Parts: sequence; C-alpha cells; structure tokens
Amino acid sequence: MNSVEHYKEHFDQLQSTDKNGLTAIRKNAFDAFNKFGIPTSRHEEWKYTRIGGLFNKQYQFPVSTGSLSANDINDLRLPGHEQANELVFINGIFSFPLSKIISPELIVQSLEEAASNEFKEIVAANLGHSSDYLKDGINALNTAFVNGAVFVHVSKGKVTEHPIYIYNITDARTENIFSQPRSLVHVGQNAQVQLIETYVTIGASESFTNAVMEIVVEENALLEYYKIQNDASHTNQVSTTHIRQVGKSYVHAVTISLNGGIVRNNLNIVLDAERCEAHLYGLYFQKGKSHIDNHTVVDNVKPNCFSNELYKGVMNDEASGVFNGKIFVRQLAQKTNAYQSNKNVLLSDNATVNAKPQLEIFADDVKCSHGCTVGQLDEEALFYLQSRGIAGKVAHSLLVRAFATDILEHVKPAPIRAYIETLIAERLEY
Amino acid sequence: MLNIRNLQAGIEGRKILKGINLEIKAGEVHAIMGPNGSGKSTLASTLAGKKSYEVLGGSVDFLGKDLLELSPEARAAEGLFLAFQYPIEIPGLSTTNFIKTAVNEVRKYHGKDPLDAVGFLRMMKEKMALMNIEQSLLSRPLNEGFSGGEKKRNEIFQMAMLEPKLAILDETDSGLDIDAIRIVSNGVNKLRNKDNAVLVVTHYQRLLDYIVPDFVHVLYNGRIVKSGTKELALELEERGYDFIKNEVNVEEGV
Repeated sequence: MNSVEHYKEHFDQLQSTDKNGLTAIRKNAFDAFNKFGIPTSRHEEWKYTRIGGLFNKQYQFPVSTGSLSANDINDLRLPGHEQANELVFINGIFSFPLSKIISPELIVQSLEEAASNEFKEIVAANLGHSSDYLKDGINALNTAFVNGAVFVHVSKGKVTEHPIYIYNITDARTENIFSQPRSLVHVGQNAQVQLIETYVTIGASESFTNAVMEIVVEENALLEYYKIQNDASHTNQVSTTHIRQVGKSYVHAVTISLNGGIVRNNLNIVLDAERCEAHLYGLYFQKGKSHIDNHTVVDNVKPNCFSNELYKGVMNDEASGVFNGKIFVRQLAQKTNAYQSNKNVLLSDNATVNAKPQLEIFADDVKCSHGCTVGQLDEEALFYLQSRGIAGKVAHSLLVRAFATDILEHVKPAPIRAYIETLIAERLEY
Repeated sequence: MLNIRNLQAGIEGRKILKGINLEIKAGEVHAIMGPNGSGKSTLASTLAGKKSYEVLGGSVDFLGKDLLELSPEARAAEGLFLAFQYPIEIPGLSTTNFIKTAVNEVRKYHGKDPLDAVGFLRMMKEKMALMNIEQSLLSRPLNEGFSGGEKKRNEIFQMAMLEPKLAILDETDSGLDIDAIRIVSNGVNKLRNKDNAVLVVTHYQRLLDYIVPDFVHVLYNGRIVKSGTKELALELEERGYDFIKNEVNVEEGV
C-alpha cells in the first residue's frame, strides 16, 4: 500500500460515485497526498514515529459499514451510554442504524448531505482546515477519501445534557482493515457539549485507523472533549483532532492513551477569536512495545487568549513516547497567556520518551512558559510508603496513580472517569 | 524488644555508624542525642531499612527477628515505626487513602482480612479524637502544602493508626514551635504503654521535657559515648556537646 497507484483506483471510483460536491476538496487532497506521500522519519514532525512500515502490507479499504449488528457492539459501549448520544463508525464509515441521538438539539447528518444543504457554508469554511496545520500525506489521505463522514451540529444556545459518545470501531475479524473516520462538529453560539471519543478493534487482523475530526466552536460556546485510547496492540492509528475557536469560547480537551500499537495523536487548538480559553490535558500510560506520540499545537491567532497544557506520561516495559507541543503566538496576538508542561516517569530501563516543547512567538507582550521533565519514581517517596508497611509493588502503584491524579481529575463525566480509573487500576494491579 | 549489637553502617562507602550497642525493653523511652553529623539520622534510617544506607556489620534483633534481613515494609508490619524528620509530600495521593492502604497492608502481612469501609472509618474517628486531628487535614493530598506542625502531627497520627511496638522519632521537634512540640508530644504520650517503646532521636533537650526518657544516650562520631538518665540531657543542654567531645577526644588521645 505504499504506492500512490494503489490508492488511485479507489480514489477514481469514489470520485465517480459522488453526488454531493466534495469532489473538489478530495481532488486537492489527493494531489497533496501524491506530493507528500506517507510520512517517513525524514519528515520533521514524524521523526520519532515511523508508520511507513505499516503501509507495506495489504489492507481492505472498506466502503460500507459491513455486517456488525447492535448486539455485536454492545460490549464495546462506554459506561454511561444509556444516557448518551452515540455515534458509531464502523471501519471508518458512519453508521446511522447503529447510532443513537437522544438530544433534540443535536443535528447529525452525513457530511455529504451537509455539504449541499443549509450547512454548506459551515462545511465549506471548515472542512479541511486541519490541512493548514498538518502538512503531510497522512492528513491528505483522509481528506482525499472523505466518504461515510458525519456532520454534527449543536444548536445555538442549547446545553446538551447528554454527552456524545463517538465509537470508532474497526471490524478486523476477517482481514486487515484501513479505516478513515471523518467528522465535522459545529458547536453553535452559546451551546455546550461534551464529546467522548474512543477506538475499538474487533478481531485479530491488523488495523490502521487514520481519523480526522474537525470541530468549530462559536462565540460563548463550551466544549469538553475526551479521547480515550485503549485498543489492542495489533492496532495502529493516527488520530487528528482539530479544534478551531472562532468566537470567544472555552475548550477543555483531555487525551487518555493507555494502549495500542503505534498511536499518533494530533491535537490542534486554533484560538481564532479574542479572549478564548483552552485547557489541554493528556495522560499516556504505555506498556509492552506500544508507541504513543502526542503532537499538540496551540495557535494564538488573536489577542488576549489563555491556554494551559499539561501532559503526563508513564512509560513501562519497552514502550516509547513522543511529546511535541507547539505554541504559536502570531504578531497580532498580544496579551497571550500560554503555558505548557510535560512530565514523564520511566518505569523501566528500556522505556523511552522524546519530548520537544516549541514556542514560536511573534508578538512582544505575552506570557508564555514551557517545561519538561523525564525521571523515575521518587525513591524517598517509595521508602516513605514502605516504612508504613506498604509492600514495594503496592507503593509503586500508589505513586504512579498519584502522578496521574492531576490529569484524571480533569475528566469530568463521572462514568467516564470511573471507567478510566478502573483501566488504570487494572494496569497497576491494585 | 530491640537489641542492637555493634551496628556499623554507612552511605556511599562512608562509614557513619562505627559500632552501636543499644538495648531497648518494652515500656521504656530512650533518647539518642548528639551533635550534627554524629549519625543520629543514619541510625534511625538504617533501623527502618532505607536502601541507600548500607549495613557494614553487627546485628539487630527486633522481637526475636533479625531486623536487618527484613524489607522496610516487613519491619513496619512487625511493629517498627519511623516518624520522619522530613515527611515526604506526595501530591495526588490522599492522606486517608494512604493510611487505609498502610493499615490494610499490615493486616495482610499478619494474615488478616482488610478492614471494610465502616471498620476503617470507626478506627479513624477514634484515633482522630485521641490525636486531636481534624478531617480536613486527612482529606488533603499526603503532606502536600502541610505546615511543619501539620506534617509532624500527621506522622504521629499514622503512628496511632499503625500501633507500632517501637516508635523511632527522628528529630520530630525540628522546625516546630513550642505549641506544636507540645501537641505532638501529647500525642506520643497518649500512645505509650507498658508493651511498647519509644526511641527519641533529637539534637535538643526541649522535646524531652514533654516526652520524658528513661535513658539518654549520647551519640558522637558514630558511637554511643555516654549513657545516663534524663539528667544527662539537662547537663548537655547546659554545657553543650563540647564537653562530651572533649571527654571522648581525651580518651582516644586525640
């Protein structure tokens, strides 16, 4: 699957069946893909995350949601789903029959449809905005194959009482699957919504998920966004979340990564209006040979914005991690307050972390800071716990759990937090 | 209860304890005094099993067991408690959760079932009343942002919860004002009985006004060079450590 010819055939077929005017954006993206190709480690943003090898094998390029039934996915649902809106992608194709909308203020349509109805201007203005920030073939590849994508609109002035759960399910029971979920979420003025996104693979064949979600946040809106990654180790993904705050608004984003093969997250926050506020939290707790890469961008385009970012990593076994946090402060963006911190604990001699904070500041009246630490569990603290009768292994677990606390406390939906706590407790065996 | 014979220990290849002999019986309070650098904290840490301290010789018998062969957690479970000079701050770990884990880990060591929530709460309430400690302190992350006095009270509260046979108080008075010393000492005194013992490690005599020792030992240059009753502490307070140093140096012909 390394050669462009491989994709050309699928692409031409997709373009010929389109009826809704996404052909132009796909064409541009395909050209970009053609130009960039699959990123190699020579690409600055992909230096430590090598996905080229994953394209040396054959994958099925799904065009339908396949045969999974509601029963098949029951066990995959996240706690609290009874009270949640549920959006389901199967193999990258949005499934209306498996999805469930219980909040009247939510409008969920196929993206193809939204591109040609009353939402077409929103779609035109925002679909593909992430490509300005992600100049690589993998982002272009998703856009080139926009198909079975979803558009979500949160109506103006409405508080969505029920969260939106988004399941990216891969059905790899019979063959290797390459899936590319795509969504565009529009949070209207004065609206409030919680989005919780997760990735699950069924079956033992290999999967590669290349997901792109673009979110637009309007004036006075509030978005809480959670990404939970705990998929099997034979699954790989590039998961992009591009959030653009176009009015004074509040965004709270938490990324929890607990397992997977190669996982690359791109989280972009574009502060494109004055007095926006954004909080970014991340916890990655990796084992085995898993690889986690968090690339974040906070782009201060307009003045007087505030952003705070805290990512914490716990790396065990032979796991490897990357944190790359960029803060841009444009010339216009005076009075920016932007903070970033990345802290890592290595539990094993064979675990690694590459951390790279980057500030690019073009304005002169700003407050920005970044910091990064890589260390081990504190021996003094371990001894303190042991001196109270707590066995070494338990003391170890308590300290790791304590380290994660100031990320976990930002997971606000109670059932989701409890779920993550359980996953971590299982990992720590206490 | 505790029998230390010719204990030698050090850190990073440097010998600090050069042959300590000390016997502590149930019901007794012993004080170890000495100038800075004499090895007081090394003795406390070595007894508690801190990894960075290396035992170079001698033996320690604790309630019939070879203490030096036990892990730090086993020493604690067997009834040894070290109140830290500088209790560690652990953000993200609630004090209550920490103490509950400790109590249940010790129970597990002795083959007992863990306390359930109700049983634990009852025990907490009882000890909180005894130690005069408020719930708000225990709900906070372990020692994080605690004042010096709060940290030491928390140490003594942990001691109350774990009910050790031998409590070692390592410079518990350091950094405390007189009111805090009084509160902490009252706590220790309430926990004393004929079956347990206390080893107070201190530089100053003032703590011993409140926790009155049966025996006072002077540690200098890695050895106990003088032992006596509580009057020895008063003498040290009055004359300073120099007279001890001079005596030792004369004996050793320095």
